[in-house]
Amino acid sequence: MMRWLPENVSSFGGDIDAILSLIYSATLAWFFLTLGAILLFLFLYRRREGRGATYIRGDKLSEAVWILIPAVIVLVLDLWIDFRGADAWAKVKGRVPSSDLRVEVTGKQFNWEIRYPGPDGKLGTADDLQLDNELHVPVNQVVRVTLKSKDVIHSFFLPNLRLKQDILPGREVEAWFQATKPGRYEMPCSELCGFGHSGMKGWLHVHPADEYQQWVRERWPSSRQGEGSKGS
Amino acid sequence: MAESAVAAGAGEVVHVHPEELGFWRTYVFSTDHKMIGKQYLFLGLFMAVVGGLLAYAIRWQLAFPDTEVPGWGFVGPEDYNALVTMHGTTMVFFVAMPILLGAFGNFLIPLMIGARDMAFPRLNRLSFWTLLGGSLVLLSSFFVPGGAASAGWTGYAPLSARPIYTGVNWGLNLWLLAHAIEFASFLMGGVNFLTTVMIMRAPGMTFFRLPILIWQLLTAAVVFLLSVGPLIAGAIMLLMDRIAGTSFFVPEGGGDPLLWQHLFWFFGHPEVYVVLLPAVGLAAEALPVFCRKPLFGYRWIIYSTLTTAILSFIVWAHHMFVSGMDPRLAMPFSFTTILISVPFAIMVFAMIATLWGGSIRFTTPMLFAVGFLSMFIVGGLTGIFNGSAPANIHVHATYFVVGHFHYTLLSGVLFGGLAGIYFWFPKMFGRMLNETLGKIHFWLTLITFNATFFPMHLLGLGGMMRRIANPMQYEFLQPLQPLNVFITVSAIGLLLAQLPFLINLVWSLAAGRPAEANPWEAATLEWSAPSPPPHGNWGEAIPVVYRGPYEYSPPEVAQDWLPQDRALAARPG
Repeated sequence: MMRWLPENVSSFGGDIDAILSLIYSATLAWFFLTLGAILLFLFLYRRREGRGATYIRGDKLSEAVWILIPAVIVLVLDLWIDFRGADAWAKVKGRVPSSDLRVEVTGKQFNWEIRYPGPDGKLGTADDLQLDNELHVPVNQVVRVTLKSKDVIHSFFLPNLRLKQDILPGREVEAWFQATKPGRYEMPCSELCGFGHSGMKGWLHVHPADEYQQWVRERWPSSRQGEGSKGS
Repeated sequence: MAESAVAAGAGEVVHVHPEELGFWRTYVFSTDHKMIGKQYLFLGLFMAVVGGLLAYAIRWQLAFPDTEVPGWGFVGPEDYNALVTMHGTTMVFFVAMPILLGAFGNFLIPLMIGARDMAFPRLNRLSFWTLLGGSLVLLSSFFVPGGAASAGWTGYAPLSARPIYTGVNWGLNLWLLAHAIEFASFLMGGVNFLTTVMIMRAPGMTFFRLPILIWQLLTAAVVFLLSVGPLIAGAIMLLMDRIAGTSFFVPEGGGDPLLWQHLFWFFGHPEVYVVLLPAVGLAAEALPVFCRKPLFGYRWIIYSTLTTAILSFIVWAHHMFVSGMDPRLAMPFSFTTILISVPFAIMVFAMIATLWGGSIRFTTPMLFAVGFLSMFIVGGLTGIFNGSAPANIHVHATYFVVGHFHYTLLSGVLFGGLAGIYFWFPKMFGRMLNETLGKIHFWLTLITFNATFFPMHLLGLGGMMRRIANPMQYEFLQPLQPLNVFITVSAIGLLLAQLPFLINLVWSLAAGRPAEANPWEAATLEWSAPSPPPHGNWGEAIPVVYRGPYEYSPPEVAQDWLPQDRALAARPG
């Protein structure tokens, strides 16, 4: 079932996929155990002439252990999933790692507005660059994304990077990712945002380091290296 | 109108109507819980047809985007958002609740606890008419200018808070109004359920002799009463934002969009159990009867039910892991959410253990009960993916979630609810349903249900978002499109699979084999009344209860069941 996942191209995607696989293994085992027991019992204890049912109420502890012990196993698996999950969650959503490469993504009905701070590293200055539905980043670098909305709730979704973050109007939400493979990845909105929600999407372009430098030089020809936006 | 007053077991005076009543007294003003229960049932079934047709248009659009839906017409993006919104609202609030709570609760609570009617019969009548009013308001919203509500069944603000964002004005106001009316109706119903079970139980009917369904209905009623308040307040605030210019949920005026989500899900998640618990109860009633064996771990199921009810109030933010709330809140909510698998596991294991050592009769209600148990296991297991905060990052708001909640909620209504309808139809209408048609219905439903909803998990893992009108607009979803076509074909099959049931229903109502009082040889109290029971349910004397509800194949009698109300010379232990 895990093969249905889109190719993972982020530094933390593997952690999320590992949790998905762990849950998949645990639930698949329970699926076969429970459904197997149901089918087996239905077959074994179908009505037969001359054979009555066994009178067991299962309220006494000595009988109820048959359902309580499996429930304890469920609890142990739950805790395992929780503790493994806590680490993955902390990595993805807990502390946002620092980075010189900052981008602002603003959702609006029905586009992503991408703003780069430019060489001075500050947003709201003359060297800002704004693009619609195009996010360019270098491979293997932490990118910090400040998410904003101009109208309703949107959700910034990068299926290949296992990143999803809703954007609340009136707040700034911080997210980050580190892409591990150059390429072009779809960037849809995953929260219903109005009649144009379906089709609201952009593209994430992950460039190799030199290609990204080239892209920066083309965008900000006046600056030698484009310090503020190239990262360090 | 000659009425003879007889003393009921609980001490109050009731009226038995010995003669035919006119149309108005039978259908419109009747305070008989059985009539009201049946009316809830038919209202729920009618709304299910509406919700099913909406699902048909949704699925057609997803499989064959921007082509005309046969028999429906062209579905534009605005229409599509209205379709998914109204499908969800209709199915949860106007199908699942009326059938699982309204119909079975009203019909069965007095019969199962040994009462002649509900505690507040007129309030009961009022609650039904209120719900019908709410349904009409909801249906009318399709026909107002701007169309029906299109902000999703969850109505997230600020999309829902300002008409400019959706282009829907009165449709969404009416949608909110329909909710308010529905909540009022079920508040009246809940108070009635609670009071009736508390004070009107027959002599000898202690709490630990109540059928498990009564426990589940009672728990559901209490959970609903305790959780709905915040959302009623939220709905009024949202309506004010829309029509009075307030800004409770709109950031420009200082409001907070996240507040709506907290209010909605503080109710919305307990609501899942409000619907689910009665479905578990319906299946749990049928299993011991057709296994001829006591329900395994009756008390453990009750403790699990109560544990679920308590936990249901501290899990709501698992809908909001990626909403922008403080990420430190995620793991505590993830922990409580996954923890709720333990009481549900106990219920599931208890039902499986009931099968062990039984003498199983494969009647239609038994098939649906086992169908519910099996589908519910899948729904419970897939819930772990959603409940784990890191896994949720990827599957949130995708078809994985859609697949999951159809395996829980729809399996509750479809398999649990139908187990109940096939099981109690003889008691409700005094006639048997046709078993052959019932079995055809079951197998077709089981196959098409799984073919429809299981592949949705795969779509969700592939990243397909909920509530998009056209998957072909996304390059990463285009390779998944054959799966969408397969799901649509299966979904149409699932809708068609309900035809044998509708035929069976209509035909059996008119010409089914007359049912005796206890056709399934069941032990609970409702089967000691005639089929269908008269107004007042029992004749002169209310039954007296001597034992628990599931005494099947007990060693002390030759017969393989011992009704709750039969006195034995030597009292069993």
